[in-house]
Amino acid sequence: MIKLNTPIKLNEIKKLRVGDEILFSGTIFTVRDQAYNYILKHNFSAIKNGVIYHAGPIVKQEGKKIIPISAGPTTSTRFMERSIKVMHKYHVNIFIGKAGMDDSKVKQAMKNKAIYLAAVGGAGVLYAQTMKIKNIYLKELGMADAIWEIEVKNFPLIVTMDSKGHSIYHDIYLQSKKKIKKFLK
Amino acid sequence: MNYQKIKKQVVELYRQTSCDLPKDVEFALAKSLLDEKNKNARNILETILKNIKLARKEKKPICQDTGIPLFYVQYQRKKYSHLKLKRSIKEATNIATKVIPLRPNAIDFHTGKAIGNYPIIYFKESNKTRITLLLKGGGSENVSAVYPLPNLKIGASSRGLESVEKAVLHAVYKAQGKGCPPYIIGVAVCGNIEEAAYRAKNRHLKKIDANNKIPKYAKFEKNLLKKINELGIGPLGLGGKTTALSVKFSGRYSHPASMFVGVSISCWALRRHTLKLS
Repeated sequence: MIKLNTPIKLNEIKKLRVGDEILFSGTIFTVRDQAYNYILKHNFSAIKNGVIYHAGPIVKQEGKKIIPISAGPTTSTRFMERSIKVMHKYHVNIFIGKAGMDDSKVKQAMKNKAIYLAAVGGAGVLYAQTMKIKNIYLKELGMADAIWEIEVKNFPLIVTMDSKGHSIYHDIYLQSKKKIKKFLK
Repeated sequence: MNYQKIKKQVVELYRQTSCDLPKDVEFALAKSLLDEKNKNARNILETILKNIKLARKEKKPICQDTGIPLFYVQYQRKKYSHLKLKRSIKEATNIATKVIPLRPNAIDFHTGKAIGNYPIIYFKESNKTRITLLLKGGGSENVSAVYPLPNLKIGASSRGLESVEKAVLHAVYKAQGKGCPPYIIGVAVCGNIEEAAYRAKNRHLKKIDANNKIPKYAKFEKNLLKKINELGIGPLGLGGKTTALSVKFSGRYSHPASMFVGVSISCWALRRHTLKLS
């Protein structure tokens, strides 16, 4: 188990390899569908050199606080092209989500700069327990699409795409491709 | 009829469905852990099982994507009013969104704003009254598909079971891990496109270990499940033996010119419960 704390230095990023198990602590921002469009069109400096979590949590107001109730990942494959632009504009160096962003252009943009960490899809309550909501941006986009600034402690993740171009998703895809060719003959 | 009481019961149905995974699904996941040797697959299944227990204990939604609520209502026409049942369900949806809470997942096409939750409700007259709720997230919905047969793109040159099988295998292959495997898969054949999709999805209401009443189809389901698992996509698409937990098939009728195969892929968090009214 490797402990990572934000802000994460580039040399730490470059050391990590596919399969490494991480306990992640620090600040992350949820960015998905509508928020991606916003931060590419406008300036959102809070995310510079930061960490993006592909998620739309369920939260509840309890007195003055907003509490995360269930906060698992959404499917990152919807954000491949926009993530390349986000890496160039904001130097985001860690993406957290599920299903990865397995694409040659994404891997090129990530080379020696960024990694992808996988969370388990649907493990909403478990992950919410590692989180505290610090801030909300773009509240008008609604609960799922707003940018939630979250403080996490020991969020368990796996490196599934590293900064050297390795991707678990690519390996699985190739192996399943061999099988499907046989089945569809 | 006390529709205020029914409304409250439907709120509880929302709570149970979103927070308490059905025992047959939990059992199938636990059983699959016994067979898994792959390290990632084992870690993922253990995390899933831990989350299921935690969500049930804390009465919190297992997954943050509580989907577009889907209701299947059987009702006794002489005892219940279709319109009043519909209103109770809609009102219960607004309450449940606030109190459980559910994620507001209805995005208005005109304004782009999240406007709460709008359930889809199917009604059928029956000699009993039951309200069944199915919650299915967007990730799994995105990888579901309808295939026309024959279909040269997937090597399906006929309208027989061997072509149906190819459609399902192709859908799972395209899905990879995007819909959160281990998958629970519903398959249906019909000459009408939305009926094929509808019947594929309502296969999810059956228990995981329920056997198809037609022996030929039971065998088909078992063999297809085996082939799906040979793809090796595994839990959350990180490799392993368990890409799917079950396949359920319904073959109705086709049209002389058209036949569609609906492939409804559910994520591992198959959330379904039934409220019995009478």
